[in-house]
Amino acid sequence: MSDVVGVLALQGAFDKHIEMLQALGVRCRRVRFAQELDECAALIIPGGESTTMSLLIQKFDLYGRLCEFAKEKPMMGICAGAILMADEVGDSRVIALNVIPMTVVRNAYGRQVSSFSAELRLKCDAGGPTYLAHFIRAPGIKSNNENIEVLAEYNGEAVMMRMGRNMVLTFHPELTNDSRIHVCWLKGFHPAYKQELL
Amino acid sequence: MTEINQTSKRPQATSGADNFAVKVGLAEMLKGGAIMDVTNVEQAKIAEDAGAIAVMALERIPSDIRRDGGVARMSDPDMIRQIQAAVSIPVMAKCRIGHFAEAQILQALEVDFIDESEVLTPADEANHVAKHDFKVPFVCGATCLGEALRRIGEGAAMMRTKGEAGSGNIVEAVRHMRTIQNEMKRLTILDKEQLMSAAKDMGAPYDLVCYVAEHGKLPVPNFSAGGIATPADAALVRQLGAEAVFVGSGIFMSEDPAARAAAIVKATTFFDDPEILLQVSSGLKSGMKGLLMQDISPEDRLATRGW
Repeated sequence: MSDVVGVLALQGAFDKHIEMLQALGVRCRRVRFAQELDECAALIIPGGESTTMSLLIQKFDLYGRLCEFAKEKPMMGICAGAILMADEVGDSRVIALNVIPMTVVRNAYGRQVSSFSAELRLKCDAGGPTYLAHFIRAPGIKSNNENIEVLAEYNGEAVMMRMGRNMVLTFHPELTNDSRIHVCWLKGFHPAYKQELL
Repeated sequence: MTEINQTSKRPQATSGADNFAVKVGLAEMLKGGAIMDVTNVEQAKIAEDAGAIAVMALERIPSDIRRDGGVARMSDPDMIRQIQAAVSIPVMAKCRIGHFAEAQILQALEVDFIDESEVLTPADEANHVAKHDFKVPFVCGATCLGEALRRIGEGAAMMRTKGEAGSGNIVEAVRHMRTIQNEMKRLTILDKEQLMSAAKDMGAPYDLVCYVAEHGKLPVPNFSAGGIATPADAALVRQLGAEAVFVGSGIFMSEDPAARAAAIVKATTFFDDPEILLQVSSGLKSGMKGLLMQDISPEDRLATRGW
């Protein structure tokens, strides 16, 4: 079976994820066409603009195939990617992929002037140092679903959640050199990392 | 939520490294996209529906500024506010070179990016805005590597080629992109001892010269602007190394803006796929007429503004 991790490359910070995965020694590829998903064992939907990315997913005929992919294989959604993985966005400009039962508030902290960085405690690395997280026009995410595990909080609100092998984050792990979050996700399924699973 | 709101009311000006990471971070999110000049709500919606990654709100597109003459200033805040209310994508706006008061107003208006732009009439003939003092990120134009590194030294979080705005002619954007790429390649083969001398010759900050020598690229995203009028133009500058494109007059000076905007978006994403470029280049109504460089007198060239 393939161990290639795909990164949706329509628009946004996809190259930063490719760099991070390559540094971790993980085989990876950019995904722009539906058939390229067939080669992937998992997919990252990177940060970017959710309105734009949703529109391009529709226009470039990726929507149906992405929904199927999400039912079978692990996904990680960052910021705009997290918005797309929700089941409830409350904005007709974004057609969600229905992967995670959660509600999303777009630009929950405001426009770019309210973007910020903060040190977070990661539940998946409880004894480790804090994690410097960059929040950029970030959304808010919320869920009452009992199958969802909150992996990090900021000011008492969830900013990183996991359900099964899927993860969603409202901040940007690809903008740092700290690979702990990618590793945390990879541990859920990737052959090279899976044996480390607790 | 109260606590979140308090966070957003932190002091506006910070020069910390974290703040710069967040500014460059937004530029990273815009990569692979097309940023479009719009002058009203209707155009902003057309741009958003076509897949624009951001819009640049301005009163007159560059080709009209060129035609009308007079002093070109920051846009009316009310017009920018209407566009902010109408679209969900980031909204950028331009201030005059060196006009930090216009930039302060645009920051108070909470635009997402400020373009300190040669398209507007410069306010200061010697100095650019001290961009590290702002919380809003800045994009600036450059014609060569030294100019790009001076702007980054002042705090620009994104660079773009100047090209020749409002010309509909890609030749200057290509010249600027090739110049910057060539100068970066050259730095990577220099000995360490030569870098200070290179910094002196380029008039660029030494630490940034060292960064480029080590990494072969700018420390911030590098986009292209100034003369992009067709899907093929967008694909060309992308293949030359531009990580995203600004399209100014090219869209709303053309016959069918919505179709052309959508075609340029697709060409920006699939910039290296000739089959798709063929498909999106087909059946477009006529583009803007465009200007030859020899028909623009040296004193009318916008790219020569800034230093």
